[in-house]
Amino acid sequence: MSKVFILAEVTNGHIAKSTGELATFAKRIGSVTAIVLNGKDAALEAELANYSIDEVRFLSGVDFNSYSAAASASAISALITAEGPTALLISSTAQGKEIAARVSVRTKSGIITDAIDLDSNLIATQSVFGGSTTVHSKVNSPCAVVTLRPNSIEVVSVASTFTVLESSVTEAELGANSTRDRVLSVAAAVSGGRPELTEAKIIVSGGRGTNGDFGAVEAIADALGAAVGASRAATDAGWYPHSHQVGQTGKTVSPSVYMACGISGAIQHRAGMQTSKLIVAINKDPDAPIFDIADFGVVGDLFNVLPQATAAILAKKA
Amino acid sequence: MKIAVCVKQVPDSWAEKKMAGGVLDRAGVDAVLNDLDEYAIEAALALVEANSPTGATGEGSGHSITLISMGPERASESIRKGLSMGADDAILITDPALGGSDSLATSLVLAQVLSAGGYDLIFCGTESTDARMSVIPAMLAERLQISQLTFAGAVSVDTTSATAKISRVTDSGIEEMSAAFPAVISVIEKINEPRYPSFKGIMAAKKKIIESKSLSDIGLSTSDVGSDAALSSVEDAQARPPRSAGIKLVDEGNAGTALAEFLAEKRVI
Ligand SMILES: Cc1cc2nc3c(=O)[nH]c(=O)nc-3n(C[C@H](O)[C@H](O)[C@H](O)COP(=O)(O)OP(=O)(O)OC[C@H]3O[C@@H](n4cnc5c(N)ncnc54)[C@H](O)[C@@H]3O)c2cc1C
Ligand SMILES: Nc1ncnc2c1ncn2[C@@H]1O[C@H](COP(=O)(O)O)[C@@H](O)[C@H]1O
Repeated sequence: MSKVFILAEVTNGHIAKSTGELATFAKRIGSVTAIVLNGKDAALEAELANYSIDEVRFLSGVDFNSYSAAASASAISALITAEGPTALLISSTAQGKEIAARVSVRTKSGIITDAIDLDSNLIATQSVFGGSTTVHSKVNSPCAVVTLRPNSIEVVSVASTFTVLESSVTEAELGANSTRDRVLSVAAAVSGGRPELTEAKIIVSGGRGTNGDFGAVEAIADALGAAVGASRAATDAGWYPHSHQVGQTGKTVSPSVYMACGISGAIQHRAGMQTSKLIVAINKDPDAPIFDIADFGVVGDLFNVLPQATAAILAKKA
Repeated sequence: MKIAVCVKQVPDSWAEKKMAGGVLDRAGVDAVLNDLDEYAIEAALALVEANSPTGATGEGSGHSITLISMGPERASESIRKGLSMGADDAILITDPALGGSDSLATSLVLAQVLSAGGYDLIFCGTESTDARMSVIPAMLAERLQISQLTFAGAVSVDTTSATAKISRVTDSGIEEMSAAFPAVISVIEKINEPRYPSFKGIMAAKKKIIESKSLSDIGLSTSDVGSDAALSSVEDAQARPPRSAGIKLVDEGNAGTALAEFLAEKRVI
């Protein structure tokens, strides 16, 4: 049976849900090996046991977070060369795509990024040009490097038992070229306790129309258990952190519901949210382009509409 | 400093894009300079201006900025815009055999030209707005075996020690990174506000040189690139029906309640 590598994503000390999604895709293709960087960890091992995984490989010996993607790519490439998997699946994050890019060059493997589906024959589905076109592609090399967008598949949860292997690597084995770029310090982003943007089922985003006051946006987000997003106008103004930006140069999201509040719907914003299943727009301007793609549009002031909707949602839930 | 900036010509973001034979149909749409690459050009110009005795790049400054692009002949129109912003010259790698190249081939071609040029710093945008892969900067660092400083929200250099420092903006926060020259630096759009070409800049750009190179000029063979060499291929592409607008109501005092009802109807709550 063919073997598929997935790169486990660890955020805030936990296995991210996207890892379960990668396992679910990988299981369609063959036996699943999860690669975990930064050493053996019993808590992570226990979290991985919720997913369809046959083998876990902890890579220890160096702190991969203190280097650029080069070090991770070097270690993963060595494993690929040694074990010849049919595919390496990684989550489509900025860091994930960089690791994928470098592995692809090192192992001479074709690469597909931002896939939203992957079948048992390794045919990947991508949604391109702002969701207007669906493309199927495949890789023509022994190992396919594919990055998958978070939130693209329902995770199959199982209680799996797997083999655990640990291999230690040294800086010298990774090579001077892979350990040259150093991270000097990290200022962690503050997470407000709300769901992650790329994992959320519901996202409420605010734009310039909030005029810097995200209170009403956050209140309805909390009533819905939603993540909070922002347009570039809002992040540029410093009203919300860049890590919450949705769009061309922010995150690409595809939740069940996307609510755009005080956002005009510029093409660069749409590029990041157009494939959401249901789109709600609240905007004062009846001609705002966001209404062209909204399933439910309200021409009105977000400061009136949102609190009323929030109260009605809370009443319905009670 | 000898600086290169990788720039790509892309279809206008607003244009309707279609596929033709498995690749983007570029013939039918307006083409522009990838706007994310303008931030890379601006970052290079600002870095040189801050470190140049003349306050500018080019002759007598000890610095140079060369734009590097792989694309069709007409990409020179977009390159000209970068030259009018202030870059000194440009190299365009253009060859009929390049059609259908994947990211591995694109990075191979760019790396070949970049390594011949011996640049201290190579600037890129974070993404091309058409391919949206965001892989070329990391691939270039891998191929050239040089440092990778990507997703920079701020860049500074120490020319005496020949090192560059960036603030890398990631999902998890901001990382301060440093590396010795040479390095590939990709910049995010928060880093600066690209300048508009001045009239003087536009006039000066008309005299600047865009050197065209074919595959054989850079020592690659036609079998290294193009659709035949591509390690990934498109099986099929289908246009999805455009999203149609749904319900739109004007708030007359109860739209919030109506919204909650809509969400309940769709089983969101
Ligand atoms: C290279 C590049 C990359 C970009 N990347 C991104 C990206 O990743 N994400 C992104 O979002 N943008 C991006 N942009 C910017 C994009 O072009 C738009 O400028 C931006 O999306 C506008 O944000 P906005 O809709 O919040 O602001 P505006 O366009 O100013 O819209 C504000 C809207 O709020 C409405 N409004 C005002 N007050 C109220 C009120 N009280 N109640 C209800 N409605 C109100 C107004 O009618 C208006 O429609 C990018 C641009 C470039 C050039
Ligand atoms: N054909 C090309 N010619 C020159 N630079 C390119 C080309 N394609 C990509 N780049 C550079 O690589 C960056 C990332 O592009 P991509 O990986 O295609 O999303 C762009 O912002 C450019 O700086």
